[in-house]
Amino acid sequence: MTAVNEAKTTVTVTIDGKSIEARPGELLIKVAQDNGIYIPRFCWHERMKPVGMCRMCLVEVDGIRGFPPACTMPVSEAMVCHTDTDSVKAAQDGVLELLLINHPLDCPVCDRGGECPLQDTTLAFGPVESRFVEEKRHFEKPIAISDLVLLDRERCIQCARCTRFADEIAGDPLISFVDRGDHTQVLNFPDDPFSSYFSGNVVQICPVGALTAKPYRFKARPWDLATVETSCTTCAVHCRGAVQSSSNQIVRLLGVDSEPVNQGWLCDKGRFGYEHVHSAARVLTPRVGGREASWPQALDAAVAELKSAKNLHGGGAIAMIGGASGTNESAYAWARLTKGVIGTDNVDAQLGDGIAAEVVLGSDRAQISDLDNAAAIVLCAGDLKEELPVLFLRVKRAALELGVPLVDLSAAPHGLSKYVTHALGAAPGEQGLVAEQLASAIGGATPANETIAAATRSIGSREGNIVVILGRTSLAERDDTVVSAAAALGALPRVRFLSALRRSNVHGALEAGLAPGFLPGRVSLDSGRVHFTSNWGSVPAERGLGTEGILRACAEGKIHVLVLVGADPLADFPDRSLAKQALDTVGVVIAIDAFETPSNRRAKVFMPCTLWAEQGGTVTNLEGRVQRVSRKVSASGLALDDWRIASELAQRMGSDFDLETVDEITEEFSRVAPAWAGASTATIRNARDGVVLPFADHLGEVVFRRGGSSLDIEYSLSWEPIRADGDDVAVEASDVDETAEIDRTIATEDALTLFVWDRVVAPRSIPQRDAYALRVNVGRKLYDGGRIVAESPSLVGLKKAPTMLVSSADAARLGVLSGESVKATSSRGSITVELKAARGIAPGTASLGFSADGTGASELIDASVSVTDIRVETLR
Amino acid sequence: MTDTKKIEVRETRIVTRRLHDVVDAWKYENARADGAYQIWADVLRKGDAADLLAQVKASGLRGRGGANFPTAIKWESLPADVFPRYLVINGDEGEPSTFKDREIIEKDPHALVEGVCIEAFACGINKAFIYLRGEFALGYDRVVNAVKEASANGWVGENIQGSGFSLDIVVHRGAGAYICGEESALIESLEGKRGMPRIKPPLPIHSGVYAKPTVVNNVETASTLTHIIKMGGAEYAKLGVGRSTGTRVAAISGHIKNPGIYEIEFGMTFREIIFELCGGLRDDKELKFFLPGGASFQWLVNCDEHLDQVYDIDDITAKLGTTLGSGAIMVYDQSTDPVLVAWRLAKFYAHESCGKCTPCREGTGWIEKILYRMSHGQGRPTDMELLLSMSANVSPDVLRAPFTQTTICPLGPSPVSAVASLEKYFRAEVDAACSGGRPGIAVNVRVNS
Amino acid sequence: MSFTPENLARAQSVIAQYPDAHSAILPLAHIAQDQDGWLTTEAMAEIADLVGTTPADVQGVCSFYTMYKRRPCGKLVVSVCTNVTCLVVGGPEILEHLNDRYAADDDVFVEEVECLAACGNAPAMQVNYEYHEHLVPEMAAAIVDDYKSGVLQPRGVSGGLK
Ligand SMILES: Cc1cc2nc3c(=O)[nH]c(=O)nc-3n(C[C@H](O)[C@H](O)[C@H](O)COP(=O)(O)O)c2cc1C
Ligand code: SF4
Ligand code: FES
Repeated sequence: MTAVNEAKTTVTVTIDGKSIEARPGELLIKVAQDNGIYIPRFCWHERMKPVGMCRMCLVEVDGIRGFPPACTMPVSEAMVCHTDTDSVKAAQDGVLELLLINHPLDCPVCDRGGECPLQDTTLAFGPVESRFVEEKRHFEKPIAISDLVLLDRERCIQCARCTRFADEIAGDPLISFVDRGDHTQVLNFPDDPFSSYFSGNVVQICPVGALTAKPYRFKARPWDLATVETSCTTCAVHCRGAVQSSSNQIVRLLGVDSEPVNQGWLCDKGRFGYEHVHSAARVLTPRVGGREASWPQALDAAVAELKSAKNLHGGGAIAMIGGASGTNESAYAWARLTKGVIGTDNVDAQLGDGIAAEVVLGSDRAQISDLDNAAAIVLCAGDLKEELPVLFLRVKRAALELGVPLVDLSAAPHGLSKYVTHALGAAPGEQGLVAEQLASAIGGATPANETIAAATRSIGSREGNIVVILGRTSLAERDDTVVSAAAALGALPRVRFLSALRRSNVHGALEAGLAPGFLPGRVSLDSGRVHFTSNWGSVPAERGLGTEGILRACAEGKIHVLVLVGADPLADFPDRSLAKQALDTVGVVIAIDAFETPSNRRAKVFMPCTLWAEQGGTVTNLEGRVQRVSRKVSASGLALDDWRIASELAQRMGSDFDLETVDEITEEFSRVAPAWAGASTATIRNARDGVVLPFADHLGEVVFRRGGSSLDIEYSLSWEPIRADGDDVAVEASDVDETAEIDRTIATEDALTLFVWDRVVAPRSIPQRDAYALRVNVGRKLYDGGRIVAESPSLVGLKKAPTMLVSSADAARLGVLSGESVKATSSRGSITVELKAARGIAPGTASLGFSADGTGASELIDASVSVTDIRVETLR
Repeated sequence: MTDTKKIEVRETRIVTRRLHDVVDAWKYENARADGAYQIWADVLRKGDAADLLAQVKASGLRGRGGANFPTAIKWESLPADVFPRYLVINGDEGEPSTFKDREIIEKDPHALVEGVCIEAFACGINKAFIYLRGEFALGYDRVVNAVKEASANGWVGENIQGSGFSLDIVVHRGAGAYICGEESALIESLEGKRGMPRIKPPLPIHSGVYAKPTVVNNVETASTLTHIIKMGGAEYAKLGVGRSTGTRVAAISGHIKNPGIYEIEFGMTFREIIFELCGGLRDDKELKFFLPGGASFQWLVNCDEHLDQVYDIDDITAKLGTTLGSGAIMVYDQSTDPVLVAWRLAKFYAHESCGKCTPCREGTGWIEKILYRMSHGQGRPTDMELLLSMSANVSPDVLRAPFTQTTICPLGPSPVSAVASLEKYFRAEVDAACSGGRPGIAVNVRVNS
Repeated sequence: MSFTPENLARAQSVIAQYPDAHSAILPLAHIAQDQDGWLTTEAMAEIADLVGTTPADVQGVCSFYTMYKRRPCGKLVVSVCTNVTCLVVGGPEILEHLNDRYAADDDVFVEEVECLAACGNAPAMQVNYEYHEHLVPEMAAAIVDDYKSGVLQPRGVSGGLK
């Protein structure tokens, strides 16, 4: 729908006398809908292939016998269609009557009552009384098809939306039609539940109340709900959603269809994770020395510690880890506090589990939508299905539906393995080397092997960019391997990167300067020094430490105050013993968090912060897209927004930010930060799908809402991909310029340049693995032990104990049975874990899930070495 | 329109000759001694695929699966240069009272295999699937065996007879679903899926098995090819009338003296077929009605207009709206309750509905329920009207023939043909039978299997 | 029971016939049903594994087809046609007779089926997919009894040769 790539060729069709321009081949039902003519439907869904099953959308088309369904009818030049004649209405009524003969009509006790398309269509179009006197079809009422979803087969109208979603979109065909004809029912296999990471979507797209979500069942009636559009910040994709509350309690999150981001889908962790906001375990009152305190007491205590450390040892004796869980505004406020007021550059939003900020901020960025028409997608990341589920859907679609070659550098099998077209078979720690081989082959050198040759050929035969999805391939390896892969591939023309950092708003935090050596807006400390000094008063004199360095410095007694902003190093830092040493040694911990964690348990000062849906502002996703998040419920207890805590601390440190509202921070951010230039509050608010940074480079892609913000959601459309703003108009880039509302300049005398990574990588060597050891690959799981899962009652039970996967050859060599518990020992420590033999694991390697509760893999990992080798022994 | 050409009232055994004349024709030696694979050998020797197409085109052959589509035109629609492409033989014969393909499959499988070879060669296909109805256990054994023997003797396989042409034939067994006779459902089934018809377009010829161009032809169609090549297309076209060239293997059953398969030259009248060819009705009872082309189309009754109707694909549709469909003719005498037959047909369609389209899934079941009570002494005076208006949900112009449909495939509206026939020919009888029931009371609560 | 080694080998050769292993679901289910006497969930899971899909998919596919029995059905599947030709020449009477006679017999599963393509010799039935035509009720029962007593050798319950 963007103004720039609107197709040129159109056909003219007539629908109900109205002459309409459309693209040839577009489906009649969609063309009608886009032009304000609603043809009733149940099975058709914009994001899935049409099946023409329900027959509700029957219309008449001149020259075609009978009543073709609009959902499978492509438009062609001069087509004349009628959707409102008596005979069409009779045909549709007939279908509706048949849909209802076996339907229980139990609307008063149905979750869908009040927002049910079948109910609505019956009211609008339907016959009045039943002529069917026979007994209806009966099934046992609701059965659980998974831990999250219930199925009432009596209500099902066999539209196949759920089964198609499971198969076509999620790639988890765990439910299917069973039996035939009017006995057809949807079912999972016995003892094999529909435990898809995307199961909640089928509840949203079910056009009746056949599928309901356990977390929402009987929680509310749709007419009681208040709704606001927002983004999910469970991971860094930032799927658009509509959050709904009743009596100041969040009760539901629905997916909103944003073409460039999530195309309507959510993962279950995102959809149901809102529960953690209302967890009874929330810390709702500030604490000082473990005892409840007032805000002034807490703030004063924190400031006293910060001041004394700064005065005695300098700003460098203070470090901050975190800041990735809030909004951009909070991140900016914390950057300004730490770098501009406290004067330390020991600041890192990542927990040693990501990629060097230089690579993330300094490489050419791709957008999610670039995946759709890429020359190839190169995977050099962890398991996207586990870490960035809706990005996984997009990559899967690109590979499966759009024919984009998928080149895989992974060392362990993952959710996308079955869609990979060129598996380059890199060993753990060696993705960088293989990337170099690939890059030199693409660059024209003789390919190192046939797979690389094949990948090079298919890339060479296609237009578009090569999109490299770059993430931490394994937490048991340093990021060197990823960095060298990025260096090699980044040197090629037409390569763009999507950095697969998963944590919440980590990209926003990095943009805001929460990384050593950086200032807000993607400028280096040195380049931005003058500019930010003039805006902030001061900036740190030299580059500080990242998380690993901070922890080491803590352990060595060089850091005196450690500020943890929503960060839990004991849980998330890959090397637990280093994190433990650091926290045991550091003098003072100041925690800003919503929950007590092992890392902040001993905090001198604990300041409770608000969570998602309690705070508004903007967030930035992994492609650099800035979107608004909305406040839907009031703050719990005495919790404050992170930015407000930072600003209060600054004031008490003697430096008033003079920023009273979130919008004021956004404005300052876009005024002072180069990559943010022009991304003002109004612009972000009006842009339908947010804006991509740097705004100046993506201006032409921005589509604006007409008439400013319209965040009302028609809740009754929840079964359709929701879009808050049906009446958008595309604004030409030139129009935007003409409005002159958007100032894309930064007021500065200095030549401020966006940071560009020089791709200079220190040579590295990967140690030899000895024949008895296994080189371990550690990745995150969606249902980890992290806060969101742990504090959401509906999700907590989904966490599985980690298992170690090895090849059957290695299991046999070790004399271990699949399913047996083993002791795994590294140079760092040892753990007991269940071992399983699995397909796809390369001999000599092992694959292990990372537990975000600080047990398991992190006991084995030594952050100072490039790969982790383990020995496995049986416990027998 | 129909030629006035006089067709002799006797069988013209072309496709069925061997299975009548040769004992155990299913055995390779016997079939071979009767000339099996001779034409195939000639075709290979000539190596002229274009000529095969020309012959078939000249023959005017139309598909024998029920839709009467000209075979040559189907082949010509194959997209050029798209490979692999597949041939699928439709041996799912399940239309009620149709049993002509089973005869060929069980008794003369080599005729089928030879036809498949010729067809594959004509269309540049190297892999063919013969999809057999699951219940045809013996037929499966016979066809598998025939393919094996044909391979062993060098008629199928790699580089056949040194011609450079290779053909692999896979015999695939269904598992009990009438709808898999519909070509796109058959393809789904062959892909290991639920046999639900696909939305068209695309047609199988453009995107069929594994989304590749696929020629689907009926068993009888394929088995006829050998004979067309042998006779020459033009010669074959001399048989029959109008655009209905050649012969048709009709399966005739019911209250008939000599039921069975009859290979008929197009152009006979139904009177000749029923009363002369098949010897009239059993016990010389009086004819009441007959189904001229399988179970899915409107019926004909005992009147001169219907009995003098010529067996001609186009003429019968033009004049009476019904069709010759699958080639089955069911004959019923005066003792038959037409409502009972309509009910049993509706029950069949309800049972066999794949469940994809709402009107068919729910509508056939409802039609069946109404017809059940009407045929089981519980009909109500309002039932026929209800039945007609209900049927309109599946086939809007209920009495029209050929029917209109609100469904993907013609299965849904098929029972409406029976309903329309009741209305057209037996309304008085139906009303009389349904005068006793009381409206508004549920009468037939029964467990549907 | 999982596939015997011979059946596993057969299954693998069946899969190899198709360009896409998914096509082998129906033939594999026939093999499994002939082996086990009905289509067990274990078999469906094993088939899913062999062809590379989910058990739910295999269950969805197999349940579409009437020949697959997802409950034990004894040794003999007796399929009696009552469709429109058999209907008027005695099919329903045969069905009723066999239904009554074998109601308590766990070895014999009597079912009403659609047209068997044997109308030329109606009424007809199949016993484990072997045709018996031109029937009257007593004769049909005698045939079933012959299978029971071993005078006639039945095919497998899915119609495969013993
Ligand atoms: C419900 C339905 C059932 C069908 N059953 C059969 C069948 O059993 N055998 C067959 O050859 N064609 C059957 N057909 C027709 C096929 O769809 C297809 O037209 C035919 O196989 C093409 O072969 P032909 O051109 O040689 O006739 C059926 C069609 C429908 C709609
Ligand atoms: S008409 Fe019936 S059998 Fe045909 S596709 Fe629709 S539901 Fe299936
Ligand atoms: S919406 Fe067109 S058939 Fe269902």
